[in-house]
Amino acid sequence: MQPETLLLILLFLCAAAYRLGRGRSLSTAGGDRPMARLHSLPSYYGYFTAIWCLLPGLAIILLWITLEPRVITALMVDRLPESVREMSAGALDLAVNDIRNLAAGDVVSTEVDAEMRAAADFYLETRAKSRLLLSIFVLAAAVGGATLAWRRISPGFRARNHVERVIQSALLAASTIAVLTTVGIVLSVLFESILFFRKVPITEFLFGLEWSPQTAIRADQVGSSGAFGAVPLFTGTLLITAIAMFVSVPIGLMTAIFLTEYARSSFRSTAKPLLEVLAGIPTVVYGFFAALTVAPLIREFGTGIGLDVASESALAAGLVMGIMIIPLISSLSDDAITAVPRAMRDGSFALGATRSETVKLVILPAALPGIVGGILLAVSRAIGETMIVVMAAGLAANLTGNPLEAVTTVTVQIVTLLVGDQEFDSAKTLAAFALGLVLFLVTLVLNVIGLRVVRKYREQYE
Amino acid sequence: MNHGRQTARQLMEAGLPRRYSRERRFRVLGMLAVSVGLTFLVLFFASIVMSGYKAFAQSQVALDVYLDPALISPTGATSPEALALGDYSGLVRQSLYDLFPDVSGRRDRRALAQLVSVGASYQLQNLVAADPDAIGETRRVWVPASADVDMVVKGSIDRTLPEESRPVKDPELAWIDRLTETGRLQLRFNTALFTNGDSRDPELAGIRGALMGSFYMLLVTVALAFPIGVAAAVYLEEFAPRNRWTDLIEVNINNLAAVPSIVFGLLGLAVFINWASLPRSSPLVGGLVLSLMTLPVIIIAARASIKAVPPSIKEAALGLGASKMQMVFQHVLPLALPGILTGTIIGMARALGETAPLLMIGMVAFIVDIPQGPLDPSAALPVQIYLWADSPERAFVERTSAAIIVLLGFLLVMNLTAVLLRRRFERSF
Repeated sequence: MQPETLLLILLFLCAAAYRLGRGRSLSTAGGDRPMARLHSLPSYYGYFTAIWCLLPGLAIILLWITLEPRVITALMVDRLPESVREMSAGALDLAVNDIRNLAAGDVVSTEVDAEMRAAADFYLETRAKSRLLLSIFVLAAAVGGATLAWRRISPGFRARNHVERVIQSALLAASTIAVLTTVGIVLSVLFESILFFRKVPITEFLFGLEWSPQTAIRADQVGSSGAFGAVPLFTGTLLITAIAMFVSVPIGLMTAIFLTEYARSSFRSTAKPLLEVLAGIPTVVYGFFAALTVAPLIREFGTGIGLDVASESALAAGLVMGIMIIPLISSLSDDAITAVPRAMRDGSFALGATRSETVKLVILPAALPGIVGGILLAVSRAIGETMIVVMAAGLAANLTGNPLEAVTTVTVQIVTLLVGDQEFDSAKTLAAFALGLVLFLVTLVLNVIGLRVVRKYREQYE
Repeated sequence: MNHGRQTARQLMEAGLPRRYSRERRFRVLGMLAVSVGLTFLVLFFASIVMSGYKAFAQSQVALDVYLDPALISPTGATSPEALALGDYSGLVRQSLYDLFPDVSGRRDRRALAQLVSVGASYQLQNLVAADPDAIGETRRVWVPASADVDMVVKGSIDRTLPEESRPVKDPELAWIDRLTETGRLQLRFNTALFTNGDSRDPELAGIRGALMGSFYMLLVTVALAFPIGVAAAVYLEEFAPRNRWTDLIEVNINNLAAVPSIVFGLLGLAVFINWASLPRSSPLVGGLVLSLMTLPVIIIAARASIKAVPPSIKEAALGLGASKMQMVFQHVLPLALPGILTGTIIGMARALGETAPLLMIGMVAFIVDIPQGPLDPSAALPVQIYLWADSPERAFVERTSAAIIVLLGFLLVMNLTAVLLRRRFERSF
């Protein structure tokens, strides 16, 4: 039986269990007014039975799906001839993969011999057996669970409390997924990074000045020594981030000031959502725009005034990224400015200050922590931004502060190292995870500080 | 005394013009800042639409094709296998030679055959496969012109350039003109863009595969992220005790919402592909990664709208004897649902435009087939844009813009739905 049909049957059993449980609660209570004697509503007795029908079956299915391939493969490898089993792990994996493909009727990389055919047949046969066993187990567990639950039903049984406890644990489980995600991120990048730092010392990675991740395939190859000094990537990232901030902080801040302090509410209510549109445009679209429109413009302009501009200059990527970040800065500054109490404005006006003096001398100092928090979040966003730089910034790791030259960033390198065919344990691939670790830690620190500052400040005036 | 007050007043008045002009300057700066953002928005949309609208039309050539039995099925068999072996490109070539009987010589004839796309022969093959009785008849079919011809017709290749610096030479231009004059070369709506998968030939490349990939991905995302997100929000808002653990979860969720998307891609690569060995490039893995990314967005939105349900309603439910669980599921959630849905749609819109994590899990492969389910390898719409943006052919530039227009159209529809939903169901308690 296919797992999908099994699941359908299980759901059908649950529906039946619901009806049985509900019916039993009413019949055990008996009399003309059974509801008066029941502890919970009859439907809760139904849910109770259905839950105990579903949960054991579901648990078995999940367990089976995770374990089945490994167990069957292990059984199959045991039966393979000695010569195959003694091959290296990689070659064995390849052979196992071929057998699986053969069993599934797909294309196979080598000649099919009798041994492979036998193994594939064994694989199919064992899988069919395992599926049959699974069906029997699941149905038995479902029926058994439902029967046990059904027998517990009596008028005094607290079915509602029981059902609600199960639901509450499900809710708790859902809320821990966010934590599990973080743990997963940390573990996955940390694990690969440790492998990387075994090959390349961490000091060389953090302080080395040369980045050329092409490791040699042959020993005598020229220029493929594989240098993993990430400083050029860090400076490149910082350069582009700085350009983006240089664009977005003044524009975003002035936008927020104008919209909160000067603009009429009708203008504000149209301009604000329009600017928010900028935040909703996918970054790949910004990247296309930066690479095909902005970069050539800058290059033409540069050659026009006699400057040598690289076609993938940091300036183009930074400018477009800055535009993308304007709404983030302006909406966070907007929040911070509107949180400043009315009384402080009125006091300033009463002393004869003009609007701009009020803004500069009263509102901005009062709103500064919130604005700084917003800027920190924006910096984190800029550092982690990927598509714009992948499409508009270069690949060459230049250690330069000149915005007209091509630089590369941490995210660009992660993408180039991991896209395409890769061996999973080469230093080149692992380097991407080490870069990911650095990226995650830096943005984490910025986010924690930024979020804390923004929130603490917001509460201060509430 | 009087004298001193007079000077203070004079001092103030002397400073006024300066202060007022500073005030005006500041105001103008503010206006400039707003207009920079708005101008960019206008420029941006104008440039995308200007370069993309042409891709919705495609030059097509009307050919009168004699479906020659000798070329299609020399043995006379009409089984699908026999028909698949026919020389359909020969049919296309022959009908072109018939149109231009004066063209002779191998090189000229080859150039002539290259006016129409290689897709023309597939089109004929499909026609014959669908209707074997047509063999032996002459049919008029509209076949796609090649990308270069298309660029000439749309004016993207400058005809005034000297011949050697232009991809289309003089004889071809003459043929194009003759075809245009006789009405055999026309710009028609580009259905291939919406029905084909990816292709190396710009005139045959379409976004159907990418659209289906994105669709399956969003399906997985919404199926996972919505229930889990709402459940987590309900727990945190209504049931969680205030302690260290829930504080940790909260900080965590807020941080996850700000983690760079590429890091989620690394997680997906390490966990879903290398550890769980799920199929690479499949919408299932993409959907899993995107649902982890959207989860914090949904949780934050759902918490906000659950919090907005007034305590009076909760207390009334509890007062009538409802249990806490009944109160939440029968009163709080239905009232909070519009807000939750709005947040979910916005989260989905963000997921639809997300590219970087998909690059990590191998969705950048060149895939021609239209995926039939969430386990088939496929591209996604933003990834398709990325792939086409990298292609050197100029015909791909307008297709990239067209794909962007489609993507932005979807995002617009989703965001408008969210806004309307909010307007329609928003209540002030």
